[in-house]
Amino acid sequence: MSENKIYLYPIWVRIWHGLNALCILTLIITGINLQFSNPGFELINFNLAINLHNIAGILLSVNYLFFFFGNILSSNNKYYRLKMKGLFKEMTVQADYYTSGMFKDQPHPFPISEKRKFNPMQKVMYVVVMYIFVPGVIITGLALLFPETIIKEVYTVSGIFITAVFHASLGFLISIFLIDHLYVCTIGKHPLHNFKSMINGYHDLDEH
Amino acid sequence: MLKFKSRTSAFSFNSLDMRSSFQFLLIILFLAISPKSQAQEKALAPENDLCLKCHTHQTFTFQNNLTKKEDKRMMNPLYILDKNHFATGVHAKFKCTDCHSADYTTYPHNAELKLEPLSTCLDCHGGDAKYAAYQFEKIDEEFQKSVHFQKSGESFTCSKCHNQHYYQAKSRTSSEVGDIVSFSNDMCMSCHSNNTKFQLINDTLKPALAKIHEWLPNQELHFKKVRCIECHTQVVDSLSVSHNILPKEKALKNCIECHSKNSMLEASLYKYKNIQSRSEQGKLNSIISNKSYVIGAYQNVWLNNLSILIFVLTMIGICIHLIARIIKK
Repeated sequence: MSENKIYLYPIWVRIWHGLNALCILTLIITGINLQFSNPGFELINFNLAINLHNIAGILLSVNYLFFFFGNILSSNNKYYRLKMKGLFKEMTVQADYYTSGMFKDQPHPFPISEKRKFNPMQKVMYVVVMYIFVPGVIITGLALLFPETIIKEVYTVSGIFITAVFHASLGFLISIFLIDHLYVCTIGKHPLHNFKSMINGYHDLDEH
Repeated sequence: MLKFKSRTSAFSFNSLDMRSSFQFLLIILFLAISPKSQAQEKALAPENDLCLKCHTHQTFTFQNNLTKKEDKRMMNPLYILDKNHFATGVHAKFKCTDCHSADYTTYPHNAELKLEPLSTCLDCHGGDAKYAAYQFEKIDEEFQKSVHFQKSGESFTCSKCHNQHYYQAKSRTSSEVGDIVSFSNDMCMSCHSNNTKFQLINDTLKPALAKIHEWLPNQELHFKKVRCIECHTQVVDSLSVSHNILPKEKALKNCIECHSKNSMLEASLYKYKNIQSRSEQGKLNSIISNKSYVIGAYQNVWLNNLSILIFVLTMIGICIHLIARIIKK
């Protein structure tokens, strides 16, 4: 193994990530199908879409617990700790790199190391997605799966309605994150490099 | 000489435990400020008092001319009325003899009176301009196509579903969709979840509804939030004429008929005035005062446009960045 490679993604993270990706993709496709179903346009049969959405949602929830407790029990949690001091400045530096520096062949301001897996923008994005959006979508999704648990009315507005709007909105934001996530992952010397890393666990420092 | 002696349900002061005067005062106060019960009592025609004296009770007494004794008999449960419930119905102000023979005013009633046909709904409602909006003739036409009429014929009268003593025009008067749904579904359930009533026109046991509807996701929620007739009648784009109850194999089983932008519910359940007025209040109000949610049918223009905008901006950003990367390479 080359000395310039570091083992960045342990096997449990890669299994969780793979399963998470599969569930999220299923949920997005079936979710769009449910939200925009029409007699003239039905990609997947409505009932099948409901069942697939429910199964993928439950799998995602269990998988999230795997991530959540995995992060608590392993050292992986250190990558998700935000230090608010100087964070905004760091993010600006990273944004400058994406919009200008990388085109001028400037060095990466926050190169990947064993101590730093994510750059500041990634870190904030992942914390927001993994600790706000995903738990939010899971809680609202489970509530919709057991609608009798939802408060009937909140100031004349149906509890189910509010829950569903939150659920769909969070689902949409996660979809937008996925598009960004996939695109940013293609940034590197070779567009597929980061995808390979997520499969074999090793990050090639020369590639960055 | 006629004697009426009904088992009274009136409040008896003698039976009150007077140990707590505070409790007693509270009850008095409650009775005094209970406008509903007063209104209900007032609403009934005074001519009905004599009839209701017996027909609101489990038993009745009469002077038996054969035995020369006073006899107490059980009232046929079908002939017992709930006075308060009656007072809330559309016919509350009617005299009993408006529909029943005037000869019922004699007691004991002449047995032959039962053989006289009762007035039907259309006898009053048919061809009357006052009820034009209700389209009774069209309802009758639709009903005659229904599985109820096809299987049972004339014996399946309007009153099998629309109890003439208690019926309320809920769909036109209620501001709550939930009320409209439960009132409508209770009509179906009065027979379809009650073998005694179901067997008045069938020899079989009632169908196992939960099992038949097993395919329906969130069955309980559907039963609570949507009327049976949404799927079990042919939807006509007009209020209250959906009386053509379809045979079970023709019932709607296609989810997206309701769960889509052009939801069928718009032409049926949400056709009602209260829903319309709500949507007429403007888009903002329709966002913040939604009392129901139907997956697929709820398409808020603002949220849709906002999500399209975010999606398009994301894609433009990515494209510009990608082009810059390709040029730089």
